[in-house]
Amino acid sequence: MPLRSSRWWPVDKPLEIAGKTYRSRLIVGSGKYKSFSLMRAALEASQAAMVTVAIRRINMDRSAGESLLDYVPPGMAVLPNTAGCYSAEEAIRTAHLAREAIETPLIKLEVIGDPKTLLPDVEQLLVATRALVKEGFVVLPYSNDDPITAKKLQEAGAAAVMPLAAPIGSGQGILNALNIRFIQEIAKVPVIVDAGVGTASDAAFAMELGVDGILMNTAIAEAQNPVSMAEAMRLAVQAGRLAFLAGRMAKKQYAAPSSPIEGVVR
Amino acid sequence: MDVTVNGVPREVLEGTTLQQLLSELHITPTRVACEVNLKIVKRAHYPELRLAEGDAVEIVQMVAGG
Repeated sequence: MPLRSSRWWPVDKPLEIAGKTYRSRLIVGSGKYKSFSLMRAALEASQAAMVTVAIRRINMDRSAGESLLDYVPPGMAVLPNTAGCYSAEEAIRTAHLAREAIETPLIKLEVIGDPKTLLPDVEQLLVATRALVKEGFVVLPYSNDDPITAKKLQEAGAAAVMPLAAPIGSGQGILNALNIRFIQEIAKVPVIVDAGVGTASDAAFAMELGVDGILMNTAIAEAQNPVSMAEAMRLAVQAGRLAFLAGRMAKKQYAAPSSPIEGVVR
Repeated sequence: MDVTVNGVPREVLEGTTLQQLLSELHITPTRVACEVNLKIVKRAHYPELRLAEGDAVEIVQMVAGG
């Protein structure tokens, strides 16, 4: 967001996670693209702060192939995840592998409780958060949209809280805006809405609630034109943030004319 | 001797190091992580870590994901 000198322009602070500032409030995923070159174009259009990646066994038949990491635009931080982990133990193990592979303390912590909904296992998530914080990780836990869970994750040392808008990859948008607002009120660390946004208006709506950022993958990757949608999301996040900072007008039940009621030519 | 690499049984020469295994598999040791028997091996130790009969090796990398 360009800083403007006029007193009428809002001045915003950049997103800050664990003492590091980021150029954008958008975090994007790298999954589900038809090719690495399409992914790269979408990442560039998004101008995201970070891009998430997963950790998997190397394919020994095609190990000399291209690396996804070669297609990450310069200046975009890489955020490894623990996707596919169903216990604290698995997630902790995966986090260590990620740290060893690309030498980052960042980890998007996912501990899934059920394959159909991909909803988090909160108990295991808390166990893993506590353990990884103790070991020096910057833990960004993906959680359900429950304010009490957010509070507990914050107390456990999470560097941000990341409540879902809707189930992963569902594109349903913010299903419980009230809870997201409650989380925003409770949180002293950044709140990043993670998963479930479907289109640009969902992203703008989330930002208008006052959250600090949004993480999304499928909404961009499965758009008919992912590069256009990445650009739309970049603008929506900025627009929503600006609207939040501006402070919206009060809602009224009836109309209120915008033009003078006196002096109408009859 | 027999080891397991990413869950697949594999025969390697006696005294093979982790570095040698990676090179046999045409894997560049940057941006991967390795575990032997659930213990992470630091990249600097790949040349000196000799595999033993029955070792379970895991080699992982970053892939696309959300």
